[in-house]
Amino acid sequence: MQLFLVLQEGKRGVFINLKGMGKVNDGILCFIFPIFVTIIVVRLMYVLYWVRKPNRSLRTDNLRTLIVLGSGGHTAEMLRIVNVLQKDRFAPRFYIAAATDSMSLQKAKVLEDSLIQQENSGRKMVEASQFIQIYRSREVGQSYVTSIATTLIALAHAVWLTFRIRPQVIICNGPGTCIPLCTSAFLFKLVGLGWSNIFYVESIARVRKVSLSGLLLYKLLLADQFYVQWPQLQKKYPRAQLVGCLM
Amino acid sequence: MDGAGNGGRIRKMVFVTVGTTCFDALVKAADSRQVKEALSKRGYTDLMIQMGRGSYVPSKVSEEDEPLTVDYFAFSPSIADYLKSASLIISHAGSGSIFETLQLGKSLIVVVNEDLMDNHQSELAEELAERKHLFYARPQMLQQTIETMDLETLVPYVPGSPKPVVDLINKFLGFPAD
Repeated sequence: MQLFLVLQEGKRGVFINLKGMGKVNDGILCFIFPIFVTIIVVRLMYVLYWVRKPNRSLRTDNLRTLIVLGSGGHTAEMLRIVNVLQKDRFAPRFYIAAATDSMSLQKAKVLEDSLIQQENSGRKMVEASQFIQIYRSREVGQSYVTSIATTLIALAHAVWLTFRIRPQVIICNGPGTCIPLCTSAFLFKLVGLGWSNIFYVESIARVRKVSLSGLLLYKLLLADQFYVQWPQLQKKYPRAQLVGCLM
Repeated sequence: MDGAGNGGRIRKMVFVTVGTTCFDALVKAADSRQVKEALSKRGYTDLMIQMGRGSYVPSKVSEEDEPLTVDYFAFSPSIADYLKSASLIISHAGSGSIFETLQLGKSLIVVVNEDLMDNHQSELAEELAERKHLFYARPQMLQQTIETMDLETLVPYVPGSPKPVVDLINKFLGFPAD
């Protein structure tokens, strides 16, 4: 009785409207919402458990591979890795660079064109490589306030691109563009819409401190494998694997 | 013993590069009288400056009354040819420039741009300097570095390989070992 009176006092106008629907709203609050949260939490724990677990069975298919390029030394390092990747295993290849980065996709095209010239027929035909631009989350020097809006736009674009590309492997080495893409891929994993293995290789220029992208992917457990090139970083980030300098 | 018109002097070129950045402090320092004299004393005859997006323009000079000939340009699609024909390279701290130079086996002085915020570039230059693969200087110290550097102490850089990364990626995905 007393509780009834308190409610009436507190929500005077609202109480009258909700009189008939009181039980339904209670139902939503007490049952469906907690169940929803529990499902998300359980699914998140499942995903975080299986992330970083290597594939035990022997693989023979080819994997749709997303390669994230970036300005500065990022593209040079990434293309050095792509050069050594087995082209029949990691195909089709999708290259993504920020919209304001004009050089990176061109360099990737040069690499892919040289591969077409090298490869003879006799290999099985796979989809051709694609070169895609994505909205940039943040320009160098952009204010942090406007960066929030641009990052959300970049994230929306990343979700769309992830949906279109359906990558099974993502390789990135630190430019800001990789965060929306890796987050989007992780969200897809979370809702069960597709599983991609994310490989992060910290840039050779990072000797003592990881980059912001690296830090986020490491701490939030978004990457399946986290590689560093210098021993100082491996000591600081124990879950990282030392791969030595790749340049 | 040669019949070349320049009095038989061997030309030794110093190439200064700032990549795609704006690094007036380095271009100014390289174009300063003290640095040019220091380079000339060490036996260099030509100075070529790639000035990037900077606003300071060096003065083109031919040799008669100056220590070195000086020439410059803003950008080039590839600086590989300049790097190959240079005897000494003075570069900003970008990893691309650094490794392109080291892989050619050239002597390198890296100058860090102190005006850049978040100067993560200096970590790489410092580490490689500690391993004696290059010399590392601030723009104000360029002259002194040139005067005192002993190129014999530089250790050649052995290029790294992306193969370990690729092997680990393959292993994780379950592909058979090559």
